Amino acid sequence: MEIRLENLTKVFTDKAGKETRAVDDLSITIPSGKLVGLLGPSGCGKSTTLFLIAGLLKPSGGKIFFGKDDVTKLAPEKRGIGLVFQNYALYPHMTVRQNIMFPLENLNIKRNEALALVKEMAELVDIGELLDRKPSQLSGGQQQRVAIARALVKKPRVLLLDEPLSNLDARLRLQTREEIKRIQRETGITTVFVTHDQEEAMSISDTMVVLDFGVEQQMDAPQVMYNTPNNLFVAKFLGNPPINILDGVVKNGSIMVNDDIIAGQTKVKDGPYVFGIRPEDFRVDNANGFEVDTIDVEHIGRDTLIRFLVNDVQVRALVDSDSLRDDKKIKLNVKKGKIHLFDKEGGKVVL
Amino acid sequence: MSNVKETLREIIWRIRNLFVRASTKTNDFLAKHRMEFLTHWPGWLKAIFYLLPAVVLLAVFTFYPIFNSFLISFYEGYNIQRGDFDGYTFIGNYVHVLRLAGFQRAVINTAIIVFVSVPVSILISLIIAVALAAITPLKGFFQTIFFLPYVTNTIAIGLVFAYMFKGNANDLFNLGLANQIISWFGGQPIVWIGVGATFWSAMSVILIYSVWNGLAFKIIVFLAGIQGIDKQYYQAAQIDGSTKMKSFRRITVPLISPMIFYILVTSVIGTFKTYTSVVAIIGTDGLIPFGRDGMINMKTIVFYVYDYIELAAQDGMMSYASAAAILLFGIILIFTILQLEVGKRRVHY
Repeated sequence: MEIRLENLTKVFTDKAGKETRAVDDLSITIPSGKLVGLLGPSGCGKSTTLFLIAGLLKPSGGKIFFGKDDVTKLAPEKRGIGLVFQNYALYPHMTVRQNIMFPLENLNIKRNEALALVKEMAELVDIGELLDRKPSQLSGGQQQRVAIARALVKKPRVLLLDEPLSNLDARLRLQTREEIKRIQRETGITTVFVTHDQEEAMSISDTMVVLDFGVEQQMDAPQVMYNTPNNLFVAKFLGNPPINILDGVVKNGSIMVNDDIIAGQTKVKDGPYVFGIRPEDFRVDNANGFEVDTIDVEHIGRDTLIRFLVNDVQVRALVDSDSLRDDKKIKLNVKKGKIHLFDKEGGKVVL
Repeated sequence: MSNVKETLREIIWRIRNLFVRASTKTNDFLAKHRMEFLTHWPGWLKAIFYLLPAVVLLAVFTFYPIFNSFLISFYEGYNIQRGDFDGYTFIGNYVHVLRLAGFQRAVINTAIIVFVSVPVSILISLIIAVALAAITPLKGFFQTIFFLPYVTNTIAIGLVFAYMFKGNANDLFNLGLANQIISWFGGQPIVWIGVGATFWSAMSVILIYSVWNGLAFKIIVFLAGIQGIDKQYYQAAQIDGSTKMKSFRRITVPLISPMIFYILVTSVIGTFKTYTSVVAIIGTDGLIPFGRDGMINMKTIVFYVYDYIELAAQDGMMSYASAAAILLFGIILIFTILQLEVGKRRVHY
């Protein structure tokens, strides 16, 4: 089921009459059967977008389509969605079985069928032996699986996940992330996934949408977005350690960070620009590199993190530990074509 | 203004410092002279001292009377004024009380009040609490309205109820509110509680009164419970196609079941002890004249106990009162144990 948002807008008005545009003129198409990650910093409107799709919030403007159906005015229960809440919202007084069965109670099916469906779902998410426990007797990861099973049991057209991993510890998060991906593949259900964790979004989604202040910044496959960010915000938001941002100029086709460092060549017009260089796009180049003003060198196994100053701006470089011989005198260069040039005013990408 | 505030805070801070310094010095002094035991008391000893005032009061005014009435219920021919008695009987007083038609009537009256007014008022207050939790405008206003009965005197409310339900068909200019409403709709005024009333008309006034009087506290407790439920449960249920009614039955009620249970136990106990409402509505004798010399008996068990106590100057009457009181205690005890047993299985904590 393809989900199409057309100029979707949500404005919240607080008691003082102050308006907040949580979602601002958002138009995206979520392709059928794909796992799409909605990514952005907290307060960017990603959860609001999810709740708008779910129908728990009414949009201030714009339309929502599921396939060809306009569902903008449809009540949540009629949309055929499964929603997994951030804190799972499992009914604490019911057993796991009753929790998963709850959505089926409202459908016209036989009890045996319902029980069989519950069993099938429980097996899919691997909690078959926990069906008679109460949610409070489960670990966070198990509760999460129950929540997914409950969302999936009525075979919804769309699965919505609201920060489903944020309550899990780091190891479990990694595991559950793969699990969600597997379940999505097996069921082939169109899934929208909200997260503020860029790494999580990149690892799990087929397509990512980055939002900021309710405005779509970019929609692309994770690696495409990482390699060719649309603007400074996306470039800064993706990647860990974050991208290095430097002021500089382009003169006669040379990218100059300051007067003596020439970081590369480009075809854009001369003038001042903002450069973005990812830490891993530096390499040790003892022949042609520029010598750096090192603050600190951290050896972290395979990689070495070098922190240095350029024009009083701290820059991080992540290089192969083997390529670095001398900690004192380091000469670095930037890999070819790996400098992102951004417009100085709007932050739009130039190259 | 802020200056005054600052100065005040400064003063409070200094006073606190004074205490800290004083206590450190005292402790140091005591430690030096090996007299820490003066201030370092074991926990249980401290606890006893904290509990002492309450325990003494309870002992004098609750435990001793309970024990004493238990004792008196086994005396024969006891006279409270002279303090003498003829002898002991094991269950004689109980048998006597149980055989009295008046006491049987009182048990039936009380049972009717308990088994009708408690469930009805719990149900109504649940509905009102849900409604109060759902509305946003004028919430405080409605909360205040529904809480008013709780802070109003029971006798006063009862008298107002008596006034509301007064009047009869022969005196159309002197109708109470209830009869006025009936006559607006073209009905005949009913004699609710005066001469010529029936048992059920009088009982229904008492029932309406006890339901209404019990609402306030229940609503507040339920409202607090409902407001503590995570909204996401309802959103999740809504997405799964559950109706409002179903969400209420399957989510609200189980999640506030500890509150419902608490209210059930306390109000069953409280309603078994009904007395003032009957006094205020029916009158201090608890009887309604019926026919030429018949009487409709509206007394409750507590009413009956008090009736005997009034006659305490007569031999044996105090023992009957005690036996009746102990019987009431037994009834309440049985019901409470029953509820606790059921609650273990049905209440979700």
